[in-house]
Amino acid sequence: MAERERRSTPPFGGVFIARSQVMDAEDVRRAVWRMAHEIIEHNHGLDGVVLVGLQTGGVGLAEAFAEALAEIGGRTPPVGTLDVALFRDDIGIRPVLPEAVTDIPMDLNGAIVVLVDDVLYTGRTIRAALDALNAYGRPRSVQLAVMVDRGHRELPIRPDYVGKNLPTRRDEVVNVSPTGVDLGEVVKP
Amino acid sequence: MTHLLSIADLNRADIEQLHQLTDTFVEVSRRSIPKVPALRGKNVVWLFYEDSTRTRLSFEQAAKRLSADTMTFSVSSSSVKKGESLRDTVLTIEAMGVDAIVVRHGSAGVPWQIARWLEDRVHIINAGDGWHEHPTQALLDSYTIRSERGSLEGMHIGIVGDVKHSRVARSDVLAYTALGAQVTLVAPPTLLPPSLAGWPVTVSHDLDAVLPSLDVVGILRMQQERMTENLVPSLREYTSLYGLTLRRVDTMRDDALIMHPGPVNRGVEISAEVADLPRSKIVDQVRNGVATRMAVLYLLLGQGVDKILDPGVPEEAPDGEHSDVSVTDSESSVGVTG
Repeated sequence: MAERERRSTPPFGGVFIARSQVMDAEDVRRAVWRMAHEIIEHNHGLDGVVLVGLQTGGVGLAEAFAEALAEIGGRTPPVGTLDVALFRDDIGIRPVLPEAVTDIPMDLNGAIVVLVDDVLYTGRTIRAALDALNAYGRPRSVQLAVMVDRGHRELPIRPDYVGKNLPTRRDEVVNVSPTGVDLGEVVKP
Repeated sequence: MTHLLSIADLNRADIEQLHQLTDTFVEVSRRSIPKVPALRGKNVVWLFYEDSTRTRLSFEQAAKRLSADTMTFSVSSSSVKKGESLRDTVLTIEAMGVDAIVVRHGSAGVPWQIARWLEDRVHIINAGDGWHEHPTQALLDSYTIRSERGSLEGMHIGIVGDVKHSRVARSDVLAYTALGAQVTLVAPPTLLPPSLAGWPVTVSHDLDAVLPSLDVVGILRMQQERMTENLVPSLREYTSLYGLTLRRVDTMRDDALIMHPGPVNRGVEISAEVADLPRSKIVDQVRNGVATRMAVLYLLLGQGVDKILDPGVPEEAPDGEHSDVSVTDSESSVGVTG
């Protein structure tokens, strides 16, 4: 709740105007299920797999993955949440405030961590997340699952599981929600 | 926000934002590696003209957990002994290239004076100025109550003891009332300030009458080093009238909290057994103090608030990356995350 309120405070706040729908609710659900299958296939099961959703867009998605993995793989992997604000490389350049408290309730030493985020863009959030994970232990491997890869990478980072590759312009905004994926723009109130 | 000089400069939303930020740093402090790189390359100086153990160590710990570099200036081993003025000392420190000065001084107003001299080029944090204010203590006190009870709204909080000499009391009154609590000061008339005009408080001289209605009782230290005149007949008489003893604790509500900013004079303002009760939050206050000071340092030095309050911030960051936005639908998130 708190992070939502903070996100809707100016100048973070703005109104998202959808221009076109890229995926509908059913597409999103199918993509989650396909990626869940891929996670199990890639790791030969769910042994040691933990999900870490990035605040705030990846948290709901990580829970959706956990549900799908529970049905396909027979058990629910542990789910944590991570806020990477304090590890970003743009502190002091832009307003960077933590949006939510990090909650990693499991041991990450030796685990297979699947980072979950809604949109992969420059890769800087993921770089910060890799740094942040170090404070919790040394995972056996770290993998990345995103619903949308919109390109424009600024760092050598690639996703392992992708819902949809979506070519975009830099001035466009991608909105991911359980009801679908929309391409549009943000208008300041 | 450029400086943290007084709680009076903060409104309720500012205090609540700092509390939310403190939540984040409480979690950071619990990690197996409780250190984040957020303030790498920032330099913080402790300018302590007055003794302090917990405040200085707490700030030191906070800065180190944020990866900031620190320097300590203590009067006893400095050129102040050779007669250097405060202004020259501060200008010298600034010339060395520092980002923030945390200052404690025996005279009220010194942090403001330093901020003026340096023309706001350096962030100034008030760590206690005379009898005037101690804002980070009020932030951690209100945070401690909030983390125990969720909110201060509608609470009745008593502040008991040497209010006259207490900068903690002044800052606490401002923070508690800003957050919606009602405050009663309990002290003998000699230990109250000469005038309470404009203070949003009620006053009582009878601790036993007030105690049963309190949600929180904040005990103040008897500041014997500031007592130049005989304000109480004897410490024993003070203890019998205003000391928090087990007998008095029995008259309190079952869920009422006990707080003390430290250092504790056991057996004077609070008895040894009471200080160790589970409802006594003295140790939690110290723990929350580190997280609170991390929040303050991060907010000032991470340059968060300045730009957030400034509507002129460009929508697209210079590196064209990660502009946070939100939508009205609480289920969805606008993803432009890197």
